Amino acid sequence: MKKSTNRISVLKTYKLYIGGQFPRTESGRSFAALDAKGNKIANLCLASRKDSREAIVAARAALGGWSQRAASNRGQILYRIAEMLEARKDQFIAELQLQGLSRSAALLETNGAIDRWIYYAGWCDKFQALFSTVNPVASSHYNFSVCEPMGVVAIFAPASPLLGLVSVLAPCLAGGNTAVVLADETKSLCSISLAEVLNSSDVPGGVVNILTGSKTELLPWIAEHRDVNALAYTQRDHTTLSSLKTKATGNLKRVIHWPFTDWSVNKAQSPHLIMDLQEIKTTWHPIQQIAGSGASY
Amino acid sequence: MKKLLPAVYNPLLLAGPAIDQTGVEERTTRFTKRSIKAASKMQGLLLTLRMIDLTTLEGKDSVGKVEQLCYKALHLHDIFEGLPTVAAICVYPSHVHTAKKALLGSSVKVASVATAFPSGQSNLPIKLEETRFAVEEGADEIDMVISRGKFLAGEYAYVFDEIAAIKTACGAARLKVILETGELGSLDEVRKASQLAIAAGADFIKTSTGKIQPAATLPVTLVMLETIRDHYYKTGTMVGMKPAGGISTSKLALHYLVMLNETLGADWMDPHWFRFGASSLANNVLMQIAKEKEGCYQSANYFSVD
Amino acid sequence: MATKKNKSSIRPLRLGSEWPYAPAPESAAIARINEQYELFIDGKWQKPAEGTYFDSINPATEKKLYRASLATEKDVDKAVAAARKASDKYWKKMSPAERGKYIFRIARLMQEQARELSVMETLDGGKPIRESRDFDIPMACNHFFYYAGWADKLEYAFTNRTPKPIGVAAQITPWNFPLLMAAWKIAPALATGNTVVLKPAETTSLTTLKLASIIQEADLPPGVVNIITGAGITGAALVRHPGINKIAFTGSTAVGKLIQQETAASNKKLTLELGGKAANIIFSDAPIDQAVEGVVNGIFFNQGHVCCAGSRLYVQESIAPLFIQKLKDRMATLLVGDPMDKNTDIGAINSAEQLEKINYYIRLGKKEGSLHYESAASLPKKGYFCQPTLFTKVAQSSRLAQEEIFGPVLAILTFRTEDEVIEKANNTPYGLSAGVWTDKGSRIFNMSKRLKAGVIWANSYNLFDPTSPFGGYKESGYGREGGLHGLLPYVSF
Repeated sequence: MKKSTNRISVLKTYKLYIGGQFPRTESGRSFAALDAKGNKIANLCLASRKDSREAIVAARAALGGWSQRAASNRGQILYRIAEMLEARKDQFIAELQLQGLSRSAALLETNGAIDRWIYYAGWCDKFQALFSTVNPVASSHYNFSVCEPMGVVAIFAPASPLLGLVSVLAPCLAGGNTAVVLADETKSLCSISLAEVLNSSDVPGGVVNILTGSKTELLPWIAEHRDVNALAYTQRDHTTLSSLKTKATGNLKRVIHWPFTDWSVNKAQSPHLIMDLQEIKTTWHPIQQIAGSGASY
Repeated sequence: MKKLLPAVYNPLLLAGPAIDQTGVEERTTRFTKRSIKAASKMQGLLLTLRMIDLTTLEGKDSVGKVEQLCYKALHLHDIFEGLPTVAAICVYPSHVHTAKKALLGSSVKVASVATAFPSGQSNLPIKLEETRFAVEEGADEIDMVISRGKFLAGEYAYVFDEIAAIKTACGAARLKVILETGELGSLDEVRKASQLAIAAGADFIKTSTGKIQPAATLPVTLVMLETIRDHYYKTGTMVGMKPAGGISTSKLALHYLVMLNETLGADWMDPHWFRFGASSLANNVLMQIAKEKEGCYQSANYFSVD
Repeated sequence: MATKKNKSSIRPLRLGSEWPYAPAPESAAIARINEQYELFIDGKWQKPAEGTYFDSINPATEKKLYRASLATEKDVDKAVAAARKASDKYWKKMSPAERGKYIFRIARLMQEQARELSVMETLDGGKPIRESRDFDIPMACNHFFYYAGWADKLEYAFTNRTPKPIGVAAQITPWNFPLLMAAWKIAPALATGNTVVLKPAETTSLTTLKLASIIQEADLPPGVVNIITGAGITGAALVRHPGINKIAFTGSTAVGKLIQQETAASNKKLTLELGGKAANIIFSDAPIDQAVEGVVNGIFFNQGHVCCAGSRLYVQESIAPLFIQKLKDRMATLLVGDPMDKNTDIGAINSAEQLEKINYYIRLGKKEGSLHYESAASLPKKGYFCQPTLFTKVAQSSRLAQEEIFGPVLAILTFRTEDEVIEKANNTPYGLSAGVWTDKGSRIFNMSKRLKAGVIWANSYNLFDPTSPFGGYKESGYGREGGLHGLLPYVSF
């Protein structure tokens, strides 16, 4: 922790982000965020299973409002996140450098994250037009299929500390889901700073909840929680993946695997990521066929 | 006397037009876009005061509380000369006597809730007994609740007969029928209940008890006003309207008046045909009147709390 | 039971009389309007080649508002050349995501200056401030916001094809929704990588010129958007210009046909959004009070200057008397007058010429024997105003029921059966839109299937959204604006 000659600098306390609030972990525990050389940069909350439970409750409570918002309104909010992130760019670059990225890599990571919000802001009111269908059934019915969010999604964030996190969070939100994110424990600093951005960007409390802590400790609790609808896993550890799938069977959570190693590539953004977290709902409705309907036009 | 025979239930009374909620909401939004300024605003604020049923319906109501409220009804803000009084005081039956005495010689009416308010979960003899008690104590108006459980269960004849019986028990007192729209679930049901209440003899239809959320809303009130309008188109008979609960700002009250003005028109712009059931609206209106007179925004510290 | 009075003895409702709303005028001062506007070509304000200007008046006061440049052939040349250069040099080459960010900027800058745009729109065109504020301007912003997002997603919009920009788009907008129509045209053109030369209608250039300065503020490369004001000759020169690749026109069917003739021998891609005579159909099971509102909104919105206005009302006979009574009562509450007053429902007719056309049709309707009714509202002494008007007992074969009036005049016809009304509704050369009011879902889908129109509104009317395609069948034009389908007119493969 850097010392100043003229004045004592004020250090930032990193807390959790649950239901639009920044509480400390109820457990009172912490762990060290380390820089590339292994020096301690800050204390992070070591979230407990109770924190994860609170986060899931908050995400569930926020789901109705968020999913029922006009899609274009969600787009405006995602765009607002990009604006706020752009305004705090320097903070993120500095944090990324602290965590071992070169300045140019940090700049790329930050710019990439901003543009990714913009990309998904655009999708909010467009993917439906591509993936919904009107189905020409043989009977006299109007039949259509629309996309609906799966619900509460638990995201195990990738190691790419900002761009990776944004790349999984944005499609989840664009589709109207709410999220509980467990930040990657090796580089968690940016996740809480991102929470501060979200909190000042018109994102309603509870739509995104971010926890820092131990994957080994929290993963089983989250994976088995009956009020989580889907799990998004982003790393390549197949043992963890299969354990997630096993634990997810209790309420048949959808387990989505996004194993990108490089989140900066174009392939790492697509409407198909939004669709991975959508259900399809089909509606049948009769069409009245009245006498003489064939000939009158 | 207008009605000698009690009303008779007929299922056809329930037939009414479909209601499209989105359309209703679009219409009410449009009312809120009217900009009420200057003389129109003052006229609207004063009319609002005259339309208020100043209400206290608490378990902890006492003689002292009711007397204070009655004083307020007569002396809204004595610093301003020429202010009107409110339309009525609305209390439980046990306080009608106190209110009547306190308001003696004034034009302020005493309204009493009755019929196992607010749930209505009792039997008809008890409800009739309570109504007669309130009337005997001196109530000028009775605010009854409908049996929502029966209504939602489709026992329309029961609900109808109950309203008709209470109406008879009211004698000369005017009957306001509370639909408790927050429990009815849809605007179609609000329309149906309004038709039923009007056909059974309601002098007024009223949205809510104030004990259930949501209470009065603009869309619910519009549907009720349109039911009253259809009844008028058909029969030429006027029925009154009382939104109650949740109307606590003068801005919102003016939205209601705009809606009334453009739905039923000038004949209803009168306390005899329109009331606000409210407890905190009066002070908010007074603050707006003060703002109009004095030119600066006001603090609640300058207006008496009752 | 209440005793029934004889219906004729029931006193009519006294609407809109006893509580008049005091004037609530929006301040005109917020609009910083120049004395004179030049042409916006190649990112700069440039004087017209011939040095000619024309006056634009406020139709509510008949007073001059500003002077605009009359662009002639030389100016058109210059604008097309600038657009071509911008296309080759910047716009086509730019990464789609960056292009999108420019369009997002335009949307944001418009949102920030929404109030000024609203006031300008109302002063220039005569529409009520409530409508410019709550509809035109926000909807225009939303169109930019929506299409901005498409810029880097086009490969998803056209599966298995590679969409490319067409080049330079010539766009001509009408006077009824000046800024909104500019947004409908510019936003998708830019998102797909085209550059633009746009000519607003002669009587309403102001907000489009303001948009030019917003585009300047957004720092778009010079020449990507060029705004040339002028009259019919300007539009004709633009349409004929060999340097353009695409024409998007919104206006009258007559002019649309001329453009098609004019461009028949060329490769210019053409889309037309033209006139209409929409049927608004009320079944006896309709939500009546909401339908009344929909009819009012359908014909009196924007003084009836709406190509998709519900100008032919078909009411099922069993409810016609009640429905018409309710409609008249609703009309009694419509406030006609100063467009800048926040309470005004119906503002000024856009021009003297248009007012004369509307009055011609009102005279014609009376002559044809239809029953004339107008609301009792008093009209301002100065300016171009027209009472909300309806005609009952209109015959299907009367001109009132067949021709587009483009004003607050409603022709009411009755029908008995579903088949009959479908036949009558489709019995027109136009096919832009239709309204259907019924509580029965299966009837909505049947009607929607059988009505020959580009947009069907069920239990609603005059709804618009950037995500929803709009455009006509038959002589109402071709091509769609809005939504996914609104991209197609601006790409080649």
